[in-house]
Amino acid sequence: MAQQIKIDPVTRIEGHAKITIQLDEGGNVANARFHVTEFRGFERFCEGRPFSEMPGITPRICGICPVSHLLASAKACDQILAVDIPPAAENLRRMMNLGQIVQSHALSFFHLSAPDFLIGWETPPERRNVFGLIAAHPELARGGIRLRQFGQEVIEHLGGRKIHPAWAVPGGVRHGLSEAGREAIRAKIPEAKAVALKGIECFKEVLKTHERELQVFGNFPSLFMGLIAPDGTWEHYDGRLRFMDGGGNTIADHVDPQRYDQFIGEAVEETSYLKSPYYRPLGYPGGIYRVGPLARLNICRQMGTPLADVELTNFKSMGWGAVTSSFLYHYARLIEILASIERIERMIDSPELASKQLRADAGINRREAVGASEAPRGTLFHHYQVDANGLIQRVNLIIATGQNNLAMNRTVTQIARHFIQGPEIPEAMLNRVEAGIRAFDPCLSCSTHAAGQMALDVTLIDAEGRVLDRVAR
Amino acid sequence: MPVKTLTIDGKPVSAVEGQTVLEAAQDAGISIPTLCHLDGVSDVGACRLCLVEVAGVSRLLPACVTKVTEEMEVRTESERLKRYRRMILELLFAERNHVCAVCVSNGRCELQNLAVAQGMDHVRFAYRFPPYEVDITHRMFGMDHNRCVLCSRCVRVCWFIEGAATKNVAGRGADARIITDLSQPWGESETCTSCGKCVQACPTGAKFHKGSTVAEMERDRSRLEYIVTAREKKQWIV
Ligand code: SF4
Ligand code: FES
Repeated sequence: MAQQIKIDPVTRIEGHAKITIQLDEGGNVANARFHVTEFRGFERFCEGRPFSEMPGITPRICGICPVSHLLASAKACDQILAVDIPPAAENLRRMMNLGQIVQSHALSFFHLSAPDFLIGWETPPERRNVFGLIAAHPELARGGIRLRQFGQEVIEHLGGRKIHPAWAVPGGVRHGLSEAGREAIRAKIPEAKAVALKGIECFKEVLKTHERELQVFGNFPSLFMGLIAPDGTWEHYDGRLRFMDGGGNTIADHVDPQRYDQFIGEAVEETSYLKSPYYRPLGYPGGIYRVGPLARLNICRQMGTPLADVELTNFKSMGWGAVTSSFLYHYARLIEILASIERIERMIDSPELASKQLRADAGINRREAVGASEAPRGTLFHHYQVDANGLIQRVNLIIATGQNNLAMNRTVTQIARHFIQGPEIPEAMLNRVEAGIRAFDPCLSCSTHAAGQMALDVTLIDAEGRVLDRVAR
Repeated sequence: MPVKTLTIDGKPVSAVEGQTVLEAAQDAGISIPTLCHLDGVSDVGACRLCLVEVAGVSRLLPACVTKVTEEMEVRTESERLKRYRRMILELLFAERNHVCAVCVSNGRCELQNLAVAQGMDHVRFAYRFPPYEVDITHRMFGMDHNRCVLCSRCVRVCWFIEGAATKNVAGRGADARIITDLSQPWGESETCTSCGKCVQACPTGAKFHKGSTVAEMERDRSRLEYIVTAREKKQWIV
């Protein structure tokens, strides 16, 4: 049966990524800014709700990584109850987060980014998308789609739904993994692993011909932050915060996420709805740091699983001290996919997953709590204050894309410097800017534009503030 | 007991004198949408969802509080009734803040089920977005005024089954609200016996077990029925 899939970019025009490029007196790029104009009001309308509803409400922030909000929120609620959740519940939550990392990273790499470097930058956007990828590299494209499916199925078998599972609750989870679910996940692990390895192999080939991207796609020293296990192993659900500088030196370690605000400040800029977090001791904007796959791999000593550890060694050899090119977010993402699959494999036979003891019960024992976990895009913080009965009084959310905001500006500036040599915006720059932003996999509706072309609105401004050129597409 | 014969949707039905049209219809296996009606407690005709057409009467009558009469001709389905039922539901949704996706009763809510059954796919009226608060001062239960439809089922079970008379309705019209005792926090009530009947009775997510998360609020109405049957018929069965 013939099927027509039509994707009309115009319907997604709301998600325009607005970029302003500022020139100096000499006509050179001084800086560039990536404005996020999407609405941010969630923190306000959670006020007055019972805290127990938060794991149900906050996943609605995002349809791409609802699980991350679900888990960070449930963890904050555990803190309000002041309980240690049953070990089985923690392992089940971990497994769901691993599923989430696989599905989100697979979407980012195979569906959104791979068309750029596998089909070619100069290919017209009609063909530079996931459908073009299916035509040019059918096996890889199909593998990517199946890999994402695998991640989604892990979430579904645990939570009962692919998106927005209201499964993690204050004190634990609602139910364990069924025998059928366990079987279904186990059966798909070998294929998922094979696709992940294939993706890695393919990206290593890409690297050989992308020397320039490695250099100009946001290659700069910055701090890196993420959660880390006590022994320095890669962590995604719990653990403590580690900050590392661009030379690979740990500058703050074993920071309890409950004290995040002593280390992270938040700057609000007029031009963007995103808050720009920075590392407090270095001030704003000097305390620029990156989160997400690149940061997590930089700060960890080992992945903790054999295949991923081999890749980690190779990854680490690409930088001195720390790997600083944002283009390598892609590689880090693939390694995390592999590590997640290996970890799921290691857990899948544990009888604990079917445990009935899954939920700790308690009253309101703390009035303020922070829940932190690693979302695919980086560390996510949910900070709640409640009254004596448990009604939310104040909410602060620090999301990954916000934390990468400064780094994304730097990346766009770097790309603009490379491509802008006069009062005009060259066409070739647009694709690169788009890809540069995509390397961070920001969770904005524009970044998930599957039609192959991000809706961009770029303005070039001279030193006097006059608009020299403007390109919207 | 004198018997009345009438027709409902053209079907001949016999009912005992004093029965309501709703009871007669239910006995005959004809379903009429209801919201404020709850088996076991008296009816008040608050929601108007059970409206039916009666031959010879130009206005619509609520089936739950209209008594059967001889040779009455009742119609429970018509375009006009459909229009009214949809409008009533839309007004209920517009009146307070019903956000099904994150509600404790999602998937188990009588209001939501009615909206689905009546084909209500959108609301044509402007939402009022009133700033109502949540009362979770009680040790076991919570009350979210945002989700209350003022059916008064909780009030009636509290007065007529439990006999505590803790719950009440205060205010008028759209400003009416369910109160505890003399409008004080539920947790400070001196009359509440914490029996939980009001929570079992509530059709929406307005009353809930404290700590419930999305779609987790299961109610067991058979417990109310059990008590009523035991008391009225001296039969300890449901
Ligand atoms: S709280 Fe529930 S039972 Fe009571 S009036 Fe409101 S909707 Fe009806
Ligand atoms: S059920 Fe009859 S008016 Fe509500």
